[in-house]
Amino acid sequence: MSNLEDKLYTVKYTPDSESHLRPVDECCRVCKSKVCTKICPAGVYEWDEDKKKLIVNYENCLECGACRIACESSSLGWEYPKGNKGVTFKQG
Amino acid sequence: MEREENKIDVIVVGGGPAGISCAITIARAGKEVVLIERGKFSGSKNVFGGAIYAKPTREIFPDFEKSAPIERKTVEHKYAILGEEDATVVSYKNKKEEDAVSYSVIRGKFDKWMAEEAKKEGVYLVEETVVRELIVEDGYVKGVRTELEDYFSDIVILADGVNSLLAKQIGLRGELSPEDVALSVKEVIKLSPELINERFHVNNDEGCIYQIFGGPMLGMLGLGFMYTNKDSVSIGLGVTLSELIEKEIRPYDLLENLKKHPEIAPLVKDGELAEYSAHLIPEGGFKKVPILFGAGVMVCGDAAMFVNNLHWEGTNLAMISGKIAGETAVVALGKGDFSEHALSRYQEELENSFIMKDLRTYKDLMSGIQSRTSEFLGYYPKKINSFFEMFTTTDSIPKRQKYWDFIKSFFTDRSLSEIFKDFWAVVKLLWSILVR
Ligand SMILES: Cc1cc2nc3c(=O)[nH]c(=O)nc-3n(C[C@H](O)[C@H](O)[C@H](O)COP(=O)(O)OP(=O)(O)OC[C@H]3O[C@@H](n4cnc5c(N)ncnc54)[C@H](O)[C@@H]3O)c2cc1C
Ligand code: SF4
Ligand code: SF4
Repeated sequence: MSNLEDKLYTVKYTPDSESHLRPVDECCRVCKSKVCTKICPAGVYEWDEDKKKLIVNYENCLECGACRIACESSSLGWEYPKGNKGVTFKQG
Repeated sequence: MEREENKIDVIVVGGGPAGISCAITIARAGKEVVLIERGKFSGSKNVFGGAIYAKPTREIFPDFEKSAPIERKTVEHKYAILGEEDATVVSYKNKKEEDAVSYSVIRGKFDKWMAEEAKKEGVYLVEETVVRELIVEDGYVKGVRTELEDYFSDIVILADGVNSLLAKQIGLRGELSPEDVALSVKEVIKLSPELINERFHVNNDEGCIYQIFGGPMLGMLGLGFMYTNKDSVSIGLGVTLSELIEKEIRPYDLLENLKKHPEIAPLVKDGELAEYSAHLIPEGGFKKVPILFGAGVMVCGDAAMFVNNLHWEGTNLAMISGKIAGETAVVALGKGDFSEHALSRYQEELENSFIMKDLRTYKDLMSGIQSRTSEFLGYYPKKINSFFEMFTTTDSIPKRQKYWDFIKSFFTDRSLSEIFKDFWAVVKLLWSILVR
């Protein structure tokens, strides 16, 4: 994981105060694969077993859209961050 | 009243190569066009390998080589077939001065440059603005709703990239499925120009492209890439999302392993990570192209699935489809007719161009490979490397025996019926590419 942190450290973000990623708790609770926690290239999602809830580190999102398409129950609420927020790639 | 003030001829959503090429075509014809981009600047949300292609880019920007931020001119293409530890590399080098095929660029700089050029030619560029939905009235797309205000126009062109939430909103396409996209991760690694020249055997301003098969992606529907920039190297890979889901693989773990492969590691050694990024690549091809036009609306670039994966072509299809959509908009504005019928010219022109022809040529490619991924991208790449291992090893075993052992291994590794299935899949694929 620390390795991913090093990678994300190179990315420029302008975080919003609210999340643009909104999982539906009831769906996540019964979701078998929790696939969003596995494929996300920024490790945005973590499963909190105690609270039975996804932790969403939306500030790290690279806005690729993979979780939206991968979500097991197609329930993940996903939109682009506001125009002046989110990731800014300088290289791309 | 406000509606009249915010009414223009055409709105283009998305300031990537498709949207910019489209908007500039419309502005050059003397029409009013607004280009809306959600990023801080054009390119700030965009990621590719990558290289842009000289000829298609000249169709939009005839003299771009004089002023655009170009990194290196491609003089060599390498195809690296990686085994677990070994590698077979095929290379094609062409140093002819006159015909540059492609140039490596950095999207954060290049898209920004393109957008500035479009502004100079009269395009109204609106940045830091997300189009949240399309405004549809009486069956016609009439404008766009952003966070701040509504804009109205006779035609809206969707160049909003692979996720195209807007094409989905108005039913031009359904939801993408994980087979239709590849998730790619990329790193830009800083290295001095001298080191790059030395390691990639190029001179200043000359560059090299690696297409990478196998390695950490052995048996997976995925490809790796490497591009040389002026003072950095771009390295990354893309794997079909369904494959990542099924195998529960983290894409950046694959990239870490790729960077450690003995063939690749010396090329990026001691480089400093400048930026990590991720993006989706449309992979659905011809069969997943959405409905391309409707009353008052057209779709171009990645939003229309216009990518040719085998050749890493995307920006060229984006630029040319954007240009054709722009030309169609100009014709429609001339006639004052924005009906579905009037805009069907867009599809006709696309059919006449290389875009639909190439997509058709490769229509069975992905499904063909998907049906036998572990063979075509696992077993055979390994076999190619083991052939060279056999061929280069000197060990006092008579050569004829070695050849026969190698040939026999095909039949002992796998059953005859499996071999026949591979053969048949290749024949079918070649037939679909060359004939039907
Ligand atoms: C890893 C990778 C490697 C690649 N390598 C190559 C290569 O070497 N050569 C090549 O030619 N192609 C390559 N491609 C493909 C190429 O990048 C794309 O085909 C091309 O960028 C498509 O252009 P576009 O304008 O259609 O979309 P994009 O470049 O994605 O542009 C879409 C734009 O729309 C904006 N946008 C989206 N939604 C909204 C909204 N709602 N409101 C406002 N703005 C919005 C985005 O911010 C973005 O700027 C590669 C792609 C990837 C991911
Ligand atoms: S895949 Fe979808 S449903 Fe499952 S945990 Fe993630 S967001 Fe929730
Ligand atoms: S959009 Fe991409 S980076 Fe952002 S949370 Fe989803 S998978 Fe992760």
